[in-house]
Amino acid sequence: MSGLDALYQELILDHAKNRRGFGLDEPGAHSATVHQRNPICGDEITLRVTTEDDRVASVTWEGAGCSISQASASMLVALLREDGGDDGMPLPDAQALIERFREALRSRGKIPLDEETFGDASALSGVSKYTARVKCAMLAWVALEEGLRQA
Amino acid sequence: MTLPFDVDVVRADFPILETEVDGHPLVYLDSGATSQKPRAVLDAERDFLSRANAAVHRGAHTLAAEATELFEDARVTVAEFVGAEPEQIVWASGATGGLNLVAGSLGYAGRLREGDEIVVTEAEHHANLIPWQELARRTGARLRHIPVREDGTLDMDAADSLIGARTKVLAFPHVSNVLGIVNPVADLVARAQAVGALTVLDACQSAPHLALDLPASGVDLAVFSGHKVYGPYGIGALWGRDEVLDALPPFTTGGSMITTVTLDEAEYLPPPQRFEAGTQPVSQAVGFAAALRWLGAQDLAAAHAHEAALERRMREGLRSIPGIRLLGDTDAAERVALQAFAVEGVHAHDVGQFLDSRGVAVRVGHHCAQPLHRRFGLTASVRASAAIHTTADEVDTFLDAVSGVRSFFGAEVAA
Repeated sequence: MSGLDALYQELILDHAKNRRGFGLDEPGAHSATVHQRNPICGDEITLRVTTEDDRVASVTWEGAGCSISQASASMLVALLREDGGDDGMPLPDAQALIERFREALRSRGKIPLDEETFGDASALSGVSKYTARVKCAMLAWVALEEGLRQA
Repeated sequence: MTLPFDVDVVRADFPILETEVDGHPLVYLDSGATSQKPRAVLDAERDFLSRANAAVHRGAHTLAAEATELFEDARVTVAEFVGAEPEQIVWASGATGGLNLVAGSLGYAGRLREGDEIVVTEAEHHANLIPWQELARRTGARLRHIPVREDGTLDMDAADSLIGARTKVLAFPHVSNVLGIVNPVADLVARAQAVGALTVLDACQSAPHLALDLPASGVDLAVFSGHKVYGPYGIGALWGRDEVLDALPPFTTGGSMITTVTLDEAEYLPPPQRFEAGTQPVSQAVGFAAALRWLGAQDLAAAHAHEAALERRMREGLRSIPGIRLLGDTDAAERVALQAFAVEGVHAHDVGQFLDSRGVAVRVGHHCAQPLHRRFGLTASVRASAAIHTTADEVDTFLDAVSGVRSFFGAEVAA
């Protein structure tokens, strides 16, 4: 697989087109809405997280940007839905997940994202070798991190 | 001595052009962001530091004298490059530094007050916008802008009504770093002169491509950066008319810009030293001059024709690829070989990554011109910018790569 194909795996292009969680839902009693932008390229995201009983009840978002940033946000939502089940992911688990994701992406290709933990988002492993694109992949995750602090 | 123009001979002067990216020969189309440096520039800096380095304008030793001579010779070279006198050339860290100096100094001088107006264009690089925003904010002056039309040219009818008795400063780019269009300097200067406004020209994108005669252009002040004209980083030039520089107070103060200093006050040197406080980037100035001498030794008329042919090849090639939207696509104005574009259905960053995998280096993003991108309904675009060393084959490699972008990303072609 060429470098480019490793970076832009089918899953990434699919998530970039069919964006899970796209479109903000109505805020609940414990919601935070966070706006993040990447000043280098102008990519932006508005992410809304709602918590219930110390769990992530829902995450929705809107934004514009490159396929990496769009796919990453979509994959984050898919992961939270899959792993959280009907009750939602416990907040400490979500926070730990973000931290591990950041560590892997900043590892310059040394730490892969395992599929068991990260689901579709494991396809973003290749981004870690492209330091200029790490911020693109981190955008939604940083927005969620900030949202969890506020919600 | 002028050499007959041969792009292969020119290329041999740039060591970096031998680079390979991912097994592909580098196709460097990002000279608008920063140019590559010919060996003459690398050698000049190394020679200076190996042979003549010392503090300039002080010290009685041999090296100090030699360094001072090379430093001031560099000023002469830069002055000659723009048809000016050396006393009219102020060293700046770059165009950004020069523009902040002008705006800051005008502010210090109290030359603007509430009710006054500063006019810029919608096509400014942030470097020729934010210093004026700050000056306006601090003085109560109003910042206005000449709109850009859909074809990328300036709306000169709007300029007529915008530039009036309240206008104190008119600042504009010689060539927009996004549109590549040469703006009508003489027309703008005439309007400013009619109302007694100071004119400030951002010549960053013209200096590498067009012959400049700043005194004849009619503008009062102009800036350009060394690193965009085949020279080093950290050095640029501010040119100003004698009477304009004379009337400006220093912006940065400290050593090297004074005659007599007491504990209470200081007297300042005349321009250009008045504006050159502190240790100057001496080896960079020497390298800057080497770049301009290198450029001046080329057959510039032939180089200009070469770049004009690249410009047409690039623009016509992009036009023929489905789903490409060009910014500033006009034949109505003179242009340099720089073209920004958007690819329908694919983000600029992804386009840049795809091109990089073919060895093609372009700029992606807003190119420090967010308002202009907003005007075209975009947050980002792709920009290809050629240089004197760019070949027609490289433009074709670029075009071939661009034509593969949409199928790779699965972007549907609109009917």
